[in-house]
Amino acid sequence: MATTYDSDQGDVSRRDFIYIAATAFAAIGAAAALWPAIDQMNPDASALSLASTEVDLSPVGVGQAITVLWRGKPIFIRHRTPEEIKAAQDVAVADLKDPHAEVMGAPSNLPATDANRTKPGKESWLIAIGICTHLGCIPKGQAPGDDRGIYGGWFCPCHGSVYDTSGRIRQGPAPRNLEIPPYDFTTDTKIKIG
Amino acid sequence: MSHASTYEPKTAVTRWLDSRLPIIRFAADFMVFPTPRNLNYIWTFGAILTFFLVMQIITGVIVAMHYTPNTALAFDSIEKMMRDVNYGWLMRYTHMVGASLFFLAAYIHLFRGLYYGSYKAPREVLWMIGVAILIVMIATAFMGYSLVWGQMSFWAVTVITNLFSSFDSIIPGLGTAIVQWIWGGFAVDNATLNRLFSLHYLLPFVIVALVALHIWALHVPGSNNPAGIEVRNQEKETLPFHPYFTTKDALAMVVFAMLFAYLVFYVPNYLGDAVNYVPANQLVTPPHIVPEWYFLPFYAILRAIPSKLGGVLLMFSALVVLFFVPWLDTSRVKSTTYRPIYRWFFLALVIDVLALGYLGAIPPEGNAVIAARLFTLYYFAHFLVVMPIVGLIETPRPMPSTISETFTHKAKDSGQDIRAVPAE
Repeated sequence: MATTYDSDQGDVSRRDFIYIAATAFAAIGAAAALWPAIDQMNPDASALSLASTEVDLSPVGVGQAITVLWRGKPIFIRHRTPEEIKAAQDVAVADLKDPHAEVMGAPSNLPATDANRTKPGKESWLIAIGICTHLGCIPKGQAPGDDRGIYGGWFCPCHGSVYDTSGRIRQGPAPRNLEIPPYDFTTDTKIKIG
Repeated sequence: MSHASTYEPKTAVTRWLDSRLPIIRFAADFMVFPTPRNLNYIWTFGAILTFFLVMQIITGVIVAMHYTPNTALAFDSIEKMMRDVNYGWLMRYTHMVGASLFFLAAYIHLFRGLYYGSYKAPREVLWMIGVAILIVMIATAFMGYSLVWGQMSFWAVTVITNLFSSFDSIIPGLGTAIVQWIWGGFAVDNATLNRLFSLHYLLPFVIVALVALHIWALHVPGSNNPAGIEVRNQEKETLPFHPYFTTKDALAMVVFAMLFAYLVFYVPNYLGDAVNYVPANQLVTPPHIVPEWYFLPFYAILRAIPSKLGGVLLMFSALVVLFFVPWLDTSRVKSTTYRPIYRWFFLALVIDVLALGYLGAIPPEGNAVIAARLFTLYYFAHFLVVMPIVGLIETPRPMPSTISETFTHKAKDSGQDIRAVPAE
């Protein structure tokens, strides 16, 4: 930008100020106009409002599992056997690939003990988001006869991740444990997810 | 390569137009662009690619007339197109097989450029635009495949969009935020399908714009040629693109179109995956997720790396490294024909990419993972180690001093009438 010398104002002329101010306003205006164009792609109000799902657990026997949908994601609900619970509780957190509980809404550094991933007094129920933390496949292990992997939990056929009976990653490329959705027991046999 | 305009308007109307908008002059001069006489048939793939781009756009506009981008209707609308719409099967199979052959032609074109050093000065920008076209083509083809909304479509979108969640290991939450922004929800769903459709319609026109830049960049230095030496005598060493090379390209196109027609009319689903004829189900992952054949080498690289972020970065790097090829190759010689050491490494690269393609198609277990890692290692070593080092240590074979030497019979070549013309 050419600067004209002005005997009253020195090197900085009024015109320079107008140039800079106009350019700056145009840049800010363009950025402000860009934001709605970007933000429109984020989850919309209807996606956000599909917040909760109620599930009746009474028909699910010990050793059985069901899958329900919450926010378009499959939720694994497994009624664990005493052996499965014991196997999950006996693992030292230090031995885990991901030492964090990965409970939605809880502090991110909560240790990945089985107690932290279940509700007190309801240890027989493991409720986790059934999406492999590697690249989003649905692990096998819900249906009878599925390959549950060597830790007896879930096995992701896409890239070979193995989860234990607490849904924690034990082997394979997945970086994190299966996430635990926010849920509460509304009665002894009913839960509300979300 | 500059050349004087040879167009002369012959009627009053064309003279009138020429002085206002010289568009006929532009097209006429464009078509007679001086082109090296020694081009071989591998050079016809540029024209073949142009043909496929136009055809994909035409068939794409047509199939979009019968397609519904809604998760409940997408799969059925395609099946209806196949059964009820007049020639719907033809349009859809042409579009589907056309995408495959578009990639086949693009890969041949790319390896031709690598073999003959078409990326070297003064064609670096031309080459980089080509790499950009390949990247946009990959994005476009991926989005188009997802629109079918079969099981493989759905899970391909799920796996590939989840690649971005690997950024969670850099800044916690960043990857998740990006993925939910791409999805427009908490899972791949209707919002995702709609935007994929919108972008799949947009990107081919971005490719058209990039192709225009690619040809513009080509017309500055002119075509490279199998000898890899520049034109020194335009009159002796070049011919006008039309009619000489349009005819040659047309012949090659007919041969390539025979392969195309065979696939479309006899085995339209040969190159696809049968699982994609199962409607998308968000609760069941197919036991074995494989992309279309043209993505397999990249998929093999992704799966070869035990770290999630590492695999993602390396897969994208496999494309990005191509941008740097003009500066990674230190050889002064363009054509691999005259490079006795590098030509073996070039063969190794071709085998390497084919091997990665094979490994991308089989389950990642045992030796297949180790093999994929070795081939991935060579892929990057080829560009980052072999290209810089071989260029420095290799002694090239004796080269012809001019292009005309390569197509003039030695007996007739007295060395006077052909060679003695000095460069202008």
